[in-house]
Amino acid sequence: MELFFSQILDGLSIGSVLLLAATGLAIVFGLMGVINLAHGEFMMLGAYVTYVVQSAFKPMGGVIFELYFPISLVLAFIVTALIGVLLERTLIRQLYGRPLETLLATWGVSLILIQLIRSVSTAMMLGIIVGVVVGFLLSKLLGAKFSEKPFFTYLNGLGWAIAIGIGLVAVNLFDQIRPLSKAWFGPRNIDVTAPKWLQGSWGMIGTIELPGLRIFIILLSALLLLATYWFLNKSVWGLRIRAVTQNRQMSNCLGIPTDRVDSITFGIGSGLAGVAGCAITLLGSVGPNLGAAYIVSCFMVIVLGGVGNLLGTVLASLLLGIIQSVIGSGTLLTIFPDMPLAAKGVIEFFATTSMSLVLVFIFIIVFLQFRPNGMFPQKGRSVDA
Amino acid sequence: MKLFQRLVPWILLAIALFILPAALDDFRLNLFGRYFALSITALAIDLIWGYTGLLSLGQGIFFALGGYAVAMNLMLNTKSLAGGNGIPKFFENYGVDQLPFFWQPFWSPVFALMALWVIPAAVAGVVGWLIFRNRIKGVYFSIITQAALMVFFHFFNGQQKLFDGTNGLKTSTTELFGQLVGSPDMQVWFYRLTVVLLPLAFLVCRYFTSGRFGDALIAIRDDESRLRFAGFNPVPFKTIVFLVAGALCGISGALYTVQSGIVSPQYMSISFSIEMVIWVAVGGRGTLVGPIIGATLVNYLRSLVSEALPEAWLFVQGALFIFVVVLMPDGIYGWITKGGFRTFLAAFGIAKKAKTYPQLDKEAIPVD
Repeated sequence: MELFFSQILDGLSIGSVLLLAATGLAIVFGLMGVINLAHGEFMMLGAYVTYVVQSAFKPMGGVIFELYFPISLVLAFIVTALIGVLLERTLIRQLYGRPLETLLATWGVSLILIQLIRSVSTAMMLGIIVGVVVGFLLSKLLGAKFSEKPFFTYLNGLGWAIAIGIGLVAVNLFDQIRPLSKAWFGPRNIDVTAPKWLQGSWGMIGTIELPGLRIFIILLSALLLLATYWFLNKSVWGLRIRAVTQNRQMSNCLGIPTDRVDSITFGIGSGLAGVAGCAITLLGSVGPNLGAAYIVSCFMVIVLGGVGNLLGTVLASLLLGIIQSVIGSGTLLTIFPDMPLAAKGVIEFFATTSMSLVLVFIFIIVFLQFRPNGMFPQKGRSVDA
Repeated sequence: MKLFQRLVPWILLAIALFILPAALDDFRLNLFGRYFALSITALAIDLIWGYTGLLSLGQGIFFALGGYAVAMNLMLNTKSLAGGNGIPKFFENYGVDQLPFFWQPFWSPVFALMALWVIPAAVAGVVGWLIFRNRIKGVYFSIITQAALMVFFHFFNGQQKLFDGTNGLKTSTTELFGQLVGSPDMQVWFYRLTVVLLPLAFLVCRYFTSGRFGDALIAIRDDESRLRFAGFNPVPFKTIVFLVAGALCGISGALYTVQSGIVSPQYMSISFSIEMVIWVAVGGRGTLVGPIIGATLVNYLRSLVSEALPEAWLFVQGALFIFVVVLMPDGIYGWITKGGFRTFLAAFGIAKKAKTYPQLDKEAIPVD
């Protein structure tokens, strides 16, 4: 039985990592209807922010180093939220009302982010800055002269193409200088050491040990969830977000700045992803491909829980975490040693991490046969709800 | 323009049949054979996405199933690869001494030839029916197909005893008609086979997209609720078209497998299935020539970029996704046939502007 409880605890912590990751997605997808396939990559960015903060704090040592983690949590939120706002303002804004197109475009963004983290170096950063600056200058320059002409769009495109070319040349030039060409992170995984106060045990309940890391992650996700709930339901901006979700045009007519609401919603969703990434660094080494491992599970959580419903998200992620952990570790066999042979064979068949995922996904697809809109469906009268 | 649209498929076919084999060496020809095999997948995705509006992110399932069907047959029928019990050697690594039961029928080439499209079609039919029956559509459909893809990926990846897991099944060292499948002679034959099957797939897609069935598909894409209110049940239409697309993907996967020399769970990775969609988007969805052009061009570009600068490919691919979606939603072929090229020339004063009547933005429209 002890084993069972510790397995449940394990499942809860897997579930709360999922919950951390899915809360941001629930906001972006549930409230804005935007499919953000780059969500996993925002988590990855959060993890790398943590790594940078840790590296910066390392030389200080002692008590100050122990404090790096709370700081990196905040920084991860801010950095990923800012990148999220930037993405929303430049790209996603153009694609509202076309969810499938958004899906493809954000996938493109995720590919670029993955490769950027793999190969970013000072030289590349400088090159990108040169390219963007030249692009804006050219665009302004051409706009001043030809903005009325019918061929301006094409000319502008040509200007940006030239800017990209100049940026590439600049990257190559900067690459010649040795110290600039060194990759910041490289394609390999990075390791973040958890601060001492998180390692080890946080006491016992009966005979069950409480591992600090896991408890911390559970607490963190609970806290963030409460904060999100408070923000959406009690704050002014939360009220505006909910209003825009219900009826965009009417909100606009009543003076709610809908485009700022969009930016803020997307920013918060991305920021939460960053925090999730920060928490994931505690569980093991992370790499540029971190996002892919979580993104499908996150979407499953949202679909299972019911879109736009925080309670559904909580239940679904914890449920998935527990199923995955209990089945995947084969604990059922140790708890019930004398079950019929057939059942034993089935459980053994699914008792690996990847096979438990198979079972979980099949479970979700079967579940959706009975409740196509998830556990807590949105109520509405529209045909296409 | 009409004549141009009618001629394009024939010109492409002539190039593929006569010009490419003469102009390219064996290696390049093999690459083009692969591109054409992938073009069949692109056609299938166009059928369900471009015409029916179902964005499936799980076509990799059917692609890989077709590949596995062929690879299993080839492995079983190759004497040199057989281990102790007359079964493929890799089984020995995992201590399996009896052929798993579902491998048995793959001894027969006839069965394998049927299985490579019947099995994907059956899986697609069942999965599709389960999803469509519940009126799951739009992005939810995409997410569910992606989850189904993960189910199959983890299953094939985790079951070493059944499919050799991550390693996949290698076909280049197997034999067919007494020759190595990977040998240049065989590869030329596979190229010819692909070039023959691609137009057939094209015709199948044209059959399904023309006439009343095609109209129903387009109606589903544009307004499914209205179709339902008009008294049609969209479920059979969607299921049939998804099933056909599954079969086409299976054929495509089989052709790709014999030409690339291996089938592995990587064919069921998330990224590969999304990539397939972008081939269609680049070429032009909702047209039948577009996907072929798109699949060939994007994959050719991929080979070029990966040979020159391997790290740059993801940047290029990501930029391609964003560019096509935001600036060129009709794709290359759609851009040309829908007058984009003409507008382009007109903007520079080279071609005459298209006449529009009434000029909505300039003239006031009299109300009553």
